[in-house]
Amino acid sequence: MSHQPISPEITFVPEHGGTKRIWKTFWLLTVVTIVELGLGLAIYNIHEGPEPNANLVLFFKGLMCILTLAKAWYIVAVFMHLGDELRSFVLSVVVPLLLLVWFIIAFLWDGDSWKDMKNTNAGSIKTEVVAPAAIEKGAKD
Amino acid sequence: MAQGTIPVGTKWWSGGKSPYNVTYGKVMMWFFLISDAFTFSAFLISYGTIRFSANWWPDPNYVFNAFPFMGHANLPLAFVSLMTFILIFSSVTMVLAVHEGHKMNRKGVEKYMILTIIGGAAFLGCQAWEWTHMLTGYQDVLVDGKVESWATTISHNPLGPKVMHEGQLIATPGPELFGGFFFGITGFHGFHVFSGVVINIIIYIKTRLGHFDQRGHYEMVEKVGLYWHFVDLVWVFVFLCFYLI
Repeated sequence: MSHQPISPEITFVPEHGGTKRIWKTFWLLTVVTIVELGLGLAIYNIHEGPEPNANLVLFFKGLMCILTLAKAWYIVAVFMHLGDELRSFVLSVVVPLLLLVWFIIAFLWDGDSWKDMKNTNAGSIKTEVVAPAAIEKGAKD
Repeated sequence: MAQGTIPVGTKWWSGGKSPYNVTYGKVMMWFFLISDAFTFSAFLISYGTIRFSANWWPDPNYVFNAFPFMGHANLPLAFVSLMTFILIFSSVTMVLAVHEGHKMNRKGVEKYMILTIIGGAAFLGCQAWEWTHMLTGYQDVLVDGKVESWATTISHNPLGPKVMHEGQLIATPGPELFGGFFFGITGFHGFHVFSGVVINIIIYIKTRLGHFDQRGHYEMVEKVGLYWHFVDLVWVFVFLCFYLI
């Protein structure tokens, strides 16, 4: 029994190749996740350590964000076969998501500004009011 | 590539053919997933906004450090990594089911659909355990100078900064919204997983009944596959925002 076209208007013929690409992607996702977990545990150990380095923690967190985007790329391109579609369709799916770029920047910026407003009583206090001191190490962020 | 058979210079928009060369059902599934992506993004970004506005936020390495049957062993990230690998693996079995569908191999589709359903159910079981652990894990909290026993719920957060009280370190109430965001977003994702498992079961039954063989194609498996991978995709971001960062 062979695969029949779904509609005469569509010339899409699915791939009959092997599963090598799927397994390759699986191992890639697994390795990236393990790296992310390694970074997570590194942050844990930095917080446990004598002098937590805030910039290093921030760098690791940024790295985890980039690795997550890479994972998302592979899931969408290979598992969801978006990479095999026509370019016009790929753009129709991806371009609307660019709205998220400003969505994220604007809201996180707003959150940070809100923190400043609370801590300085909307700018009327020059020295920051600091939250109760955290004794537990790594409690910040 | 699947599109390799198309002659160069094809005019997609001159009529007579589907301009995206994708069926209506698949296009609509993709557009639904875009809208769902915006919903999840809005949830996660609002969580980020609140977290950026807070002076203090619980460290996930200290919040999520339990593992079933391990008692009070301190195992940061262990259980959630298990959940992540379960979901990634069920995504692989789903894409293999789609692959078998392309080859019109009914037995293969059945096998991989069953594995995907088991993976989804296992993930839901893990999430149920984690929720139970948080909702029943009572901890001492110093509230207005008095020691109370709180679990993490949508209204109570015993995971605040620790202070000295009568010679002992004790937690104070943490940001109230922590539980709301955690249970809200993981719950919304968990409900997607649950719907995915139900839809996968329906497709499995239809495969067994031979409906797709009669139709001549397994496109339904592809469409639920898209939904299932999306659920995995969202988990990748939930995992980042709640457990890693």
